[in-house]
Amino acid sequence: MTDHHHDHAHGHDHGHSHPKQPDLEDQPITYYKVMTEALAELLVEKGVFSADELRGQMEQQDSRSPVFGAKLIARAWSDPAFKERLIADVNGAAAELDIDAGDIPIRGLENTANVHNVVVCTLCSCYPRSLIGLPPDWYKSRSYRSRTVREPRKVLAEFGTEMPDDVEVRVHDSTADLRFLVIPQRPAGTEAMSEDELAALVTRDSMIGVSIAKTPGAAG
Amino acid sequence: MVGRFNVGDTVSVRRAFPPGHVRTPYFIRGRQGVVKEVVGDFANPEELAYGRDGLPAQTLYRIQFRQADVWPDYDGAEVDTAMVDLYDNWLEPVAGDSR
Repeated sequence: MTDHHHDHAHGHDHGHSHPKQPDLEDQPITYYKVMTEALAELLVEKGVFSADELRGQMEQQDSRSPVFGAKLIARAWSDPAFKERLIADVNGAAAELDIDAGDIPIRGLENTANVHNVVVCTLCSCYPRSLIGLPPDWYKSRSYRSRTVREPRKVLAEFGTEMPDDVEVRVHDSTADLRFLVIPQRPAGTEAMSEDELAALVTRDSMIGVSIAKTPGAAG
Repeated sequence: MVGRFNVGDTVSVRRAFPPGHVRTPYFIRGRQGVVKEVVGDFANPEELAYGRDGLPAQTLYRIQFRQADVWPDYDGAEVDTAMVDLYDNWLEPVAGDSR
């Protein structure tokens, strides 16, 4: 929007044309895009899986959302024994709620008054997709990946999360065979809330650890 | 394989720069940390990446590092740490560690 040089009200018939929104096909085709498409076509052609199975898998990935993770956190806030199980084995705890967390082992990282956890994958974009959906673009960016281990407090501050110096900021680099789900601290003033109400306070970013859970009644 | 290290051990990450697919981040090579968890045995990703069987499996550990040890000019808080998951073949015992 900063490219606009209007000095008039922005309505219809406003006398200039906007650049055409590019179609998907107008984006540059990179080497990796070509290789991905070629590989997929070959696998389908050779009958390793069908086009419908490939489509179904993509649909399934796209259907995952932070709603699943939020349910787990809300249950953990309401049930201390469940929280212990979630910390030890997120996949097993998720199965108790009929949530399929996938085959990659996931650990729960509990935020406390003394420790704030934040997750990064410095090598690529490892992320608990089964529980919070596809990672946002910033999670995959080189700046997030390099700066979160180098200067985590500055990165958190840019996300609006200021941590006092007596709280340990613990960065988890998710580069091997585990994935991590941050268990945010339960906000004050939520003692009487139901699990559904609590789940609404748990955001994607709070489960990555760049933010904290929402406060009831606060905007946003 | 049986992992060589136990929870509480101080370990050093090899300062090595082999070619190929490696899961050990550069920033942690040559640093010392403490084993927080012995996760279990996993097929070696450095082998899996090339279509091999990944055997022998490598024990995976969660290692905690003090940020002040990782970055000489770290300007966060003294209490800050980094947890990095590392395979046995990247770790060395630290002389004088009382295990």
